[in-house]
Amino acid sequence: MNKIVVLAFLMLPCFLFLKNQNAESKKKPVASTQQSLKNGEAIFKKYCISCHQADGGGVPHMAPSLIKSKYVTAEKDSVIKILLNGLQGREINGQTYNNPMPPLGAVLKDKEIADVLTYVRNSFGNKAPAITESDVKKARGNANTASK
Amino acid sequence: MKKNFLFSFLVVAIVLVGLFSFTNSKHVQTLPKANADNAGLTLPAGFSAMNVADNTGEARHLVVTKEGNVYVKLGSAKNGNGILYLQDENHDGKMEKKTGFGDYGGTGIGIHNGYLYASSNTDVYRYKLNDKDEVENPSQPETIVTGLLDRGEHNSKSITFDNDGNLYVNVGAYSNSCQAQDRVPGSMGIPGCPILDSAGGIWQFKADKLNQHYGDGVHYATGLRNVVGLDWNNQDNALFVMQHGRDQLHDLFPKYYTTKQSAVLPAECMYEIHKGDNAGWPYIYYDQIQHKQILMPEYGGDGKKTADKKYLDPVEAFPGHLAPDGLLFYTGNQFPEKYKNGAFIAFHGSWNRSPEPQAGYFVAFVPFKNGKPSGKWEIFANGFAGEKTLSPGSAKRRPCGLAQGPDGSLYVSDDSNGTIYRIMYKK
Repeated sequence: MNKIVVLAFLMLPCFLFLKNQNAESKKKPVASTQQSLKNGEAIFKKYCISCHQADGGGVPHMAPSLIKSKYVTAEKDSVIKILLNGLQGREINGQTYNNPMPPLGAVLKDKEIADVLTYVRNSFGNKAPAITESDVKKARGNANTASK
Repeated sequence: MKKNFLFSFLVVAIVLVGLFSFTNSKHVQTLPKANADNAGLTLPAGFSAMNVADNTGEARHLVVTKEGNVYVKLGSAKNGNGILYLQDENHDGKMEKKTGFGDYGGTGIGIHNGYLYASSNTDVYRYKLNDKDEVENPSQPETIVTGLLDRGEHNSKSITFDNDGNLYVNVGAYSNSCQAQDRVPGSMGIPGCPILDSAGGIWQFKADKLNQHYGDGVHYATGLRNVVGLDWNNQDNALFVMQHGRDQLHDLFPKYYTTKQSAVLPAECMYEIHKGDNAGWPYIYYDQIQHKQILMPEYGGDGKKTADKKYLDPVEAFPGHLAPDGLLFYTGNQFPEKYKNGAFIAFHGSWNRSPEPQAGYFVAFVPFKNGKPSGKWEIFANGFAGEKTLSPGSAKRRPCGLAQGPDGSLYVSDDSNGTIYRIMYKK
């Protein structure tokens, strides 16, 4: 009995080591998303925080909340287009907002748009797939053909 | 005959003195009991406060009748009512009876010459009052002004009156700083800002003429980005307005402004307005630290350059972004002498000071003498927002409108939760 306990104790570091190894190997595909989230947070703090606020709660009657928002977790193309083209005068969850969402398509690069959207889609109680640079490129293409 | 005359004179005098002291003592007696915690407000010594009503809706501006009842204009109609009439039937100070009418949202409300005036975001209406200041025909207002611009941004239409039969209405600019692309970083200002032809100013209309449009009014003042609080000063016989200064200097022009500078600039300005005045938006803003008019970055400014043309200077300048939504010149007798004819200002509270903490959410006071500020401004009532205000949405209450009761009490509305406060003073 005692031997088993001692053996288990001795083996514990091995289990922990294996577990760590597992985490390490899992981290690889996640790493780029982690970097996107980090970059995205920095972009959010530079371009979005004034209107949408640090807690994502927005400003009553001026800028909508991003907390648990269907507009944030919606399909990629529609979310990207809000950032590219801006939004004004739309009723959101029964509320109208007086300040415009400025079009940032000419201000931010594709990668920056992908990163900030990935951040917002996975912050403030939201959970939605990451957005990539090529998603943004595709949406720009659609937007261009649509406007032509 | 002479004796008789003297006698009746004496009788009249005694009755008058009696009446006067009676009404005086009645006023002191009728001040209701304040809340033990002053309804959560912090006030100067001797002042107390109570919440006379709660959950009224988006309580924007308000007015107190000579009977002591309250009309509140709601930002958006609640249960089909955009105007609430609050009454205190058992005289305990609490306004337990609430009725409503007017199915439109808006901000402005006021009583003038036997009428209740109220504004939507495009029109001004009025309702005839009876001798008890009650609206007898709530479903049939007269339209005084119609067709004012509402493009979302800065759309509230506040109102006030002079003593010569005129109504003053603000029309806010539907823009932050007249950029070619509103609020887009680096976007430059449109030369000869076209917004100013129909917004970004004050319009004067006749208070008793129906169906007036822009063309029937006088474009009284321009270069005012957005005014929500305004009041007529009877000592100076002039209009005073509180301008909401432009937002986001750092967000839009980070090479000229740090976040710290952007959190306090530009000033929220109090202007004394006379016909034809131009306060300079969107070409300049007032910097309360340099005490100068500074050229807007959208029009070639860099935070230091001044403008060639001189615009109207403010009579008082407050820190940026506090959002002054209510202005009232205090003419009552209840408060100490210091407050007589001074200005109370309701600051709605900031949103664009990130990453600095948000600020405002209080009622300030500026002492006045002969129609001019005579001392430094101070915070009069604080504590509306609760302990910590991380963002405007988390503020418990946001002061918006101010009104004076017939006994000299000060009423404050909150458009976040709809609390109506009454602030009183007892020696």
